[in-house]
Amino acid sequence: MTESTIPTTTLRRVDLSEARLKRRYAAERRFRLYGIAAIVTALGILGLLIGTIVANGYTAFQQTYVAIPVYLDAQAIDPQGSRDAETLRRADYQSLVKQSLRDLFPEVTGRRDKIKLYGLVSNAAGDDVRDQVMDDPSMIGTTQTLWMRSSDDIDSLIKGAIDRRLPEDDRRVKDNEIGWIETLEAQGNVELRFNKAFFTSGDSREPEQAGIWGAAVGSAYTLMITLLLSFPIGVLSAVYLEEFAPKNRLTDLIEVNINNLAAVPSIIFGLLGLAVFLGTFGLPRSAPLVGGMVLALMTLPTIIIAARAALKAVPPSIREAALGIGASPLQVVTHHVLPLALPGVMTGTIIGMAQALGETAPLLMIGMVAFIVDVPGGVTDPATVLPVQIYLWADSPERAFVEKTNGAIMVLLAFLIVMNALAVLLRKRFERQW
Amino acid sequence: MEAVLESEAPRGALRNTAKMTARGVSVYYGDTKALKDVDLDIGENQVTSLIGPSGCGKSTFLRCLNRMNDVIDICRVEGDITLDDIDIYRSGLDVVQLRARVGMVFQKPNPFPKSIYDNIAYGPRLHGIAESKAELDDIVELSLTKAGLWDEVKDRLLGPGTGLSGGQQQRLCIARAIAVNPEVILMDEPCSALDPIATAKIEELIDELRQNFTIVIVTHSMQQAARVSQRTAFFHLGVLVEVGETEQLFTNPRDERTQGYITGRFG
Repeated sequence: MTESTIPTTTLRRVDLSEARLKRRYAAERRFRLYGIAAIVTALGILGLLIGTIVANGYTAFQQTYVAIPVYLDAQAIDPQGSRDAETLRRADYQSLVKQSLRDLFPEVTGRRDKIKLYGLVSNAAGDDVRDQVMDDPSMIGTTQTLWMRSSDDIDSLIKGAIDRRLPEDDRRVKDNEIGWIETLEAQGNVELRFNKAFFTSGDSREPEQAGIWGAAVGSAYTLMITLLLSFPIGVLSAVYLEEFAPKNRLTDLIEVNINNLAAVPSIIFGLLGLAVFLGTFGLPRSAPLVGGMVLALMTLPTIIIAARAALKAVPPSIREAALGIGASPLQVVTHHVLPLALPGVMTGTIIGMAQALGETAPLLMIGMVAFIVDVPGGVTDPATVLPVQIYLWADSPERAFVEKTNGAIMVLLAFLIVMNALAVLLRKRFERQW
Repeated sequence: MEAVLESEAPRGALRNTAKMTARGVSVYYGDTKALKDVDLDIGENQVTSLIGPSGCGKSTFLRCLNRMNDVIDICRVEGDITLDDIDIYRSGLDVVQLRARVGMVFQKPNPFPKSIYDNIAYGPRLHGIAESKAELDDIVELSLTKAGLWDEVKDRLLGPGTGLSGGQQQRLCIARAIAVNPEVILMDEPCSALDPIATAKIEELIDELRQNFTIVIVTHSMQQAARVSQRTAFFHLGVLVEVGETEQLFTNPRDERTQGYITGRFG
């Protein structure tokens, strides 16, 4: 019976009732609310993160300075009176500072108390004095009130990180130290200044002398190596795979493996670098060269995938047009497809670089976690990078390193934001409509 | 005369005036045979139109003529196609040089996202046709004039080619193709994306270009084929059903499939 295949239910008209309409509107409103709630939550968490970091870290950009009248003894600084730069540089200013502190607080006698007194100022206070003397050698032989860095404990005290009201046993800064510093404060000889050293010096065990410049330079060298290796290799691979390679099992396999590589945990790349670059090739440990090579391996899949997507987005009609005029396949790519894909390629590269800039784990494996005071002068010098520096400082016991850690995080975040903004800008600027 | 000849020689052959000839051309996409054993001659300084329903193989045949099918991995071409009696599929023939002699205009206007000037100058630069900037300027002006676009764009040669209207873009593409001074121009439904006024302009242009170039045009519009072409070939299901002078084919088709198609019974 052929009639049996015809459905027995009769077709009804569309339900136009009010209730149905209300349900639909309610569902749409609900969906909007969920979306807004999700975004507010995400923004809230981000705000909390950045807020905490800034609240903890902004003080890192300031440093407590104390002013002490120093007698710049000509006998101690420059006995020959030559005023020769080398002699001035080598003089022992730290003991002049100590002498001045003794003169300022003559009531301090015991050896222990004297060491405490010397601890008001940084080990680098002598350097601050030296710099001022070298700027104006005519000061030698006179008594001058000179500004110098305080020690990290005093710095923390002034910034309020150490609570003066706590019982003496629970504070790092004892009552007599507080007494001395309050005397100086009363004279107006204590103030917070911009912390230049934080941006110009390398790492140090003394928080008031520690800076991020060494790590920043290390990061720059490392990223340079990463870019030099991963950009050409990545773009050439992408162009070949997308434009020239035959579509067969082998290229499918390669594609799958590139996608797999993008998902490999970064520490594995670090282990590979340790085994191959350090182990087999004997390249130097802790060097930006090796760090850059490891990060290049990690960045390659990102660049290849982004570049292939950008190449794919160039419409085939452009390729046909060029081929139809008699451009060779290579000319089609270099004259038309690659220039059109370049903004996308650059965006992918910058995002890959930003990832590499924030990477820590693989660098730990190849020894870039070492404590390095010197600012690296080349890609084979021992160096550390910003995220590793953050990791090292976060591990340090001194109270003053907390703000340094957060300060370094702020600097790293600033770099990342600038790089990502650049990527967005490039995309917007060169966005094309066909 | 031609009718007599075509009964002896393979169907679709011309006597002396053939610029390109196709003999026994079959095209496969993978295992599918898209074009079956086509014999067709393209007359010199003539417009030959290829008509037929969608999927009948006319575009496939067109793309064989300058080996644009090469870029499709799974595509395979059998048979012989010659240009001035030289087999274009023989090994050792340079495809780039072939495409410089056999230019192409596509269905959708596809100017490069560059200036109008650079769109036209690209081909001559590529093939080293111009020896100086002045000569290149002349080529650009001449090509745009031939394409009937010069007066409309002469004040904005450095403006983007993509900023033109659809019809202007298509004429720009034609100008770009003739700037290389090819011998044959292949047009793959050049008016299908254009309005009637732009279409009329292109058709006028095709008629003028016939003086200097051999033109093969694929079209869905039988009126267009009737208006612009001297010879028409009707394809159906991958087979060349009938070929003849346009007037004859439209007024007195020999095959009943052709009859059916041009009277609108199918397709």
